[in-house]
Amino acid sequence: MELVQKMLAGSDRCLARLITLVEREAPEVPQIMSLIYPRLGHAHFVGVTGPPGAGKSTLVDRLTAIMRARGFSVGILAADPTSPFTGGAVLGDRIRMQQHYLDKGVFIRSMATRGSRGGLPRAARGVIKLLDAFGKDFVLVETVGVGQTELDIVEAADTTVVILVPEAGDSIQTMKAGLLEIADIFVVNKADREGANYLVTELEQMLRMAPRESWWQVPVLATQAVNNIGIEEVYQQIERHKEALRATERLSLRRREQRKMEFIETIEQGIRARLLELASKDGQLAAFLEKVEQGQLDPYSASREILSNKALLHAWLSALEEEC
Amino acid sequence: MAAERRIRVLLTKPGLDGHDRGVKVLTMGLRNEGMEVVYTGLRQSPEMIVQSAIQEDVDVVGLSCLSGAHKHIFPQVVELLRQRGVEDMLVVGGGIIPQEDVPFLKEKGISAIFGPGTPIKKIAEYIRKNVKRK
Repeated sequence: MELVQKMLAGSDRCLARLITLVEREAPEVPQIMSLIYPRLGHAHFVGVTGPPGAGKSTLVDRLTAIMRARGFSVGILAADPTSPFTGGAVLGDRIRMQQHYLDKGVFIRSMATRGSRGGLPRAARGVIKLLDAFGKDFVLVETVGVGQTELDIVEAADTTVVILVPEAGDSIQTMKAGLLEIADIFVVNKADREGANYLVTELEQMLRMAPRESWWQVPVLATQAVNNIGIEEVYQQIERHKEALRATERLSLRRREQRKMEFIETIEQGIRARLLELASKDGQLAAFLEKVEQGQLDPYSASREILSNKALLHAWLSALEEEC
Repeated sequence: MAAERRIRVLLTKPGLDGHDRGVKVLTMGLRNEGMEVVYTGLRQSPEMIVQSAIQEDVDVVGLSCLSGAHKHIFPQVVELLRQRGVEDMLVVGGGIIPQEDVPFLKEKGISAIFGPGTPIKKIAEYIRKNVKRK
């Protein structure tokens, strides 16, 4: 496929077009993914997540500068939410990274979540693979600013940076599950504000009480990203984590797990898509659907009936085979 | 099954304008019209604009200029896009653009100029109708 060849040869325009195809879940996507597969594995993926306004984009911008100074190339995926009402989005992360606009070694792509419930669009995994295949040393993935749960990023990242601000709350808050469990590195940004030291201490205490891994001690760093304070330390920790992953072979374990999840999810998505299509075409399924919609039949009974009807399932499998 | 297609727009401020209230209103307006809008920020050179447009693979580039540099800078953006092999992005403009400059700009490849007071719906409809890429 010509686009892929040109991208692998270094065309950023072709990379951008491939990203668009992946984002749209175009029919060429499986072919694209197969073609780039042999070229994957070089990039280190760093996820940056945290509540809205914590300073994710600014941190990504400053980290990129440090990485560039060391000669590494950087790919950035910055996600922002799609409006559930209009379907549109304001993609406002790029604006924080203006110093890199003219740097050929930095590729920035903004993406809207387009209906994904998590902090990243569904297509994010495919897009970061494209950035990897393109040859980026680091791929920084910035999620939408979310609240307490943020699992998407863990599946996409090797190193997850959770960035908080001093207003994030007290010790009870830090004990809650979710966001605070997924961090490989904690950053307390806007550290000139009141409460910063307190939050750092609370986080350190929480981590001491319940360490997640034996081979990695999660550091808590204070930064003022806007003033470029503390960013060098964040970078050093990313490098240390990267090294620890390799040294303990956790990296290959994580990649295995990620590949498995991706495999299952891709199949799931395919089945789901066919099912929804069949729902509109197949008379029997439509009849069930109608009964459920009217309230005459509950979804669980309907589902049980459908899944135990061998003839029906067989007919569907054949229909599935035809469609593939 | 393909996901739905969204129109992606780059809104940008070439030159040395100091004010971006208008372009921000348009950013939100086009968002409300269902488009995905990247606003680059102020003080963009043609090179920065084209680089952003290419990376973001947008359908539309919207240039906003209030300080009178439009006849000089807008065509530069179009020319640079052409040089980089980009033929299918719709380029439109707005800001403080005298009526008598509009024919010149259209000649240079800016498809439409939307001055102050243009209803956002009108801009959105124009974009939807004239987007070159499928």
